[in-house]
Amino acid sequence: MVDRRDLAACEDVVMFVNAAVTATGQREFRDDASAQRLSVEFLHEYILGNYRELYAASLALDINDFNAALIVRNLLVSSRDLTPEVRRREGELIARRLELMAPQRVWRLFRELAGRGVNNRRTRAIMRDWTAQRRDPVFDAVKYRTGVKATMRHAHLEVPAETGTFLFSSPRKVSAFGTPLFETWRQAHYAQRALYDLPYSVAEGLASMHGIKRATFLEKIAPQLTRLERLRLQDAAERAGVAAVRADLTAMPLTRLASYVLSLSQTERASRHDELRHAMTVSARRVAGPAAGTWGRVVAVLDDSFSSFGSTAKRQRPLAVALACRFLLKALAEEFTGLWTSGTHDPLLVRPSGPTPLGERLIDALELAPDRLIVVSDGWDNSPPGLAAEVLRVWRERLDPTGATAVVHLNPVYDAEGFDVKRLSASVPTVGVRDAEDVPALVELARFAEGRAGFAELRRYLADRQDRFRSRKAAA
Amino acid sequence: MSGGFAATGLVARPAQVWGAVRLVPLVREEPLVGLRLDRRVHEVGDPSIVDVGDGTYYRSFIPHAFVASWDPDGDRTAAFGTQLQERPVTPRTARMKMPARRALRRMARGGVGNRLRFLPMHLAMEGYLALHFGGPSIVWEEWTDRAVREGLSPRMEEAYCGYAVRGLADALKVFEIHRGQCGVALYVADTLASVFVVPHPSDYRALHATLLEDLYGEVLFHYANYVEAVPDFVVGIDADRVSSLADLRRAAAGQAGAWERFHHLMLSGLTAEGAYTSESVYRLGPFELSRFLPSFRLDEENHIGERIVHEDGRLAYCKTFRLSAAQIRRGHLLTTLHTHGWALDVAATALRTTPSALARRIRESGFEGLLRQHVVDRLEREGRRR
Repeated sequence: MVDRRDLAACEDVVMFVNAAVTATGQREFRDDASAQRLSVEFLHEYILGNYRELYAASLALDINDFNAALIVRNLLVSSRDLTPEVRRREGELIARRLELMAPQRVWRLFRELAGRGVNNRRTRAIMRDWTAQRRDPVFDAVKYRTGVKATMRHAHLEVPAETGTFLFSSPRKVSAFGTPLFETWRQAHYAQRALYDLPYSVAEGLASMHGIKRATFLEKIAPQLTRLERLRLQDAAERAGVAAVRADLTAMPLTRLASYVLSLSQTERASRHDELRHAMTVSARRVAGPAAGTWGRVVAVLDDSFSSFGSTAKRQRPLAVALACRFLLKALAEEFTGLWTSGTHDPLLVRPSGPTPLGERLIDALELAPDRLIVVSDGWDNSPPGLAAEVLRVWRERLDPTGATAVVHLNPVYDAEGFDVKRLSASVPTVGVRDAEDVPALVELARFAEGRAGFAELRRYLADRQDRFRSRKAAA
Repeated sequence: MSGGFAATGLVARPAQVWGAVRLVPLVREEPLVGLRLDRRVHEVGDPSIVDVGDGTYYRSFIPHAFVASWDPDGDRTAAFGTQLQERPVTPRTARMKMPARRALRRMARGGVGNRLRFLPMHLAMEGYLALHFGGPSIVWEEWTDRAVREGLSPRMEEAYCGYAVRGLADALKVFEIHRGQCGVALYVADTLASVFVVPHPSDYRALHATLLEDLYGEVLFHYANYVEAVPDFVVGIDADRVSSLADLRRAAAGQAGAWERFHHLMLSGLTAEGAYTSESVYRLGPFELSRFLPSFRLDEENHIGERIVHEDGRLAYCKTFRLSAAQIRRGHLLTTLHTHGWALDVAATALRTTPSALARRIRESGFEGLLRQHVVDRLEREGRRR
């Protein structure tokens, strides 16, 4: 028998993981940014106060960078009463997570720690170790100058003499640098030619200072672009008529690619249909990896109602996740059917509009008697309200009491008021999803959300994930 | 002309509820062709509006107080009363000059670029009511020169902007527009706040957000504050009666049907027989623009509004405003005066009061300075001199 307190703890942790996967502190369809931010910060404090060990352990899960940074910050702020053993484990988790995070996010985290005056020995050690393992400190100093500068100053890190000059004095006061990249950066303040050897984000500001035309700039900076910068600039380049920025779409991450597809107009999607479908399929297969084709018969109910527009801050994000899931699940399944709430058949032409008749689609899906039924929706079932929950309840009670079909609800939107993602029904596990890439791991986590597995099992699961998380480091 | 209000050609779909606000989408089976929102209200290059070549006419409308840069001279003007027009522009259009750009910006936050701009709302509202009340039509001596010359305008009327109505902004934001939706009936705490109808779904899409910038009566502002939430439909399927998926589908369909029946389109305040008088303003081809006034029944729902009706009875455009209790009392007073030819003594008899008491009521209703007090006093003492 599962203990009551255990069950509460289990629910709390699953709730927190859902939040940490989906919440980004940005505006959503139904909440504004401040409500989101307030809600997330409170949740973090609550979990940190009650389950510090599990709070740290969630760094090993597929949570998003925004929440990872928040967790690291909160852990580093208070570490006074910890035993050395706990401290060491936390430190290991933090270090490992920072390695996985995008560098600009880590530098921003360091800046925030500096701003808050968090300067304990552990924080300084973590800053030192992370900085030391960076492959190209010179490049970092140029690209993330303010972050590097704040960190060096805050943690009293030792820097090579020239990096110190670069960071702490004005380029106008230095006549020449010995390090080539620093020298390029200095020259770029005067000569346009030098600019194109700098990272894109640095060059962009200098280009506008020199008054360089956008088309010319994009043409020449193209070799310096990172993969995601390239994807982001596709439209801008097309408008400016620059061919050099063309990206290889098949190499892009699945959910980003889905966002890109949705950013195109309907006519363009129709005219590039085959190319886009191929790119999505290849990208999805790469994510599925060896698991491809192992999930049996899968039916997905995908939400393309108006609320899947998200907000202007996260344009069409929920829809992009649904679209990416569609392709990923197709790759994972032996036999796949995708049902959009609007009734559309062509996934590449979906657009967010209309109400959400989830209940009706669920019956359509259940009629196909799949092995797995996956619902991707923000959980606001409004046509009629609550029909989906009733359908799932009655179906579980009367038609499938043994659980022959596994149902999982994936929700890409954090609901600030409920401190969790919105659930469809008590009888179906709901997990938060940020990138379609995490779906296999999330479906694994779903059994804890159902309340069938106990707290001890959850602890074991988290411990296992931590081990895997740490050993990946050794393998890497 | 008396006019029963009917939402002909529109079907109410199930409502969406957010807090105290209930939005009932009004859907057309097929859009009404032949009348569209003026092209200049849409963004330039909007693909949903066909640019008709020279010599061809198309009919368009501009809702009241809408500012689209639609003056050929490039001046910013606003539609004073809804405009119904045929392209090329017929000369018969009333306009209000807009203040210079900077002044306008200060008074009302405009739309993006040169697209939609709105009159400051108080101006729109006053203009709205001024359309209905012209002032004394016979020069009785008790009315001052100003009342006769200028009518009751400019008047001050108070109303609340949609932003101030609690929960309305969120309700409109999260509302999921139906396919083919051409209008909405807006309820706050289950009382009718406004009915808004346009001829074409893409016109509705363009104007959906403007509901927030509209004005709402004082009652609705208070209701929105006092009422936390209105009841919404709750789906309940009896599990014992389901033994197959077909049963489940049937039960679900039954629930969907019950949901559609759950909320009736409650327009009784608008559709009451003989309660409204409408005045035909302009006729253009098969379309007729009219404004309607309630009979100002005290202690009842009273709406004012404008509508465009196709000759086959279909409602093409409509916008209503619910009056507050004070506004109804004032309206009642003015209608009584109007029906009695603005003669104070006759009106006083009709209201079972004396001329001086009626004069006090007029003054207290905010029409200070319209009456000559000494004439009113003498009227009461001696009766009207022939």
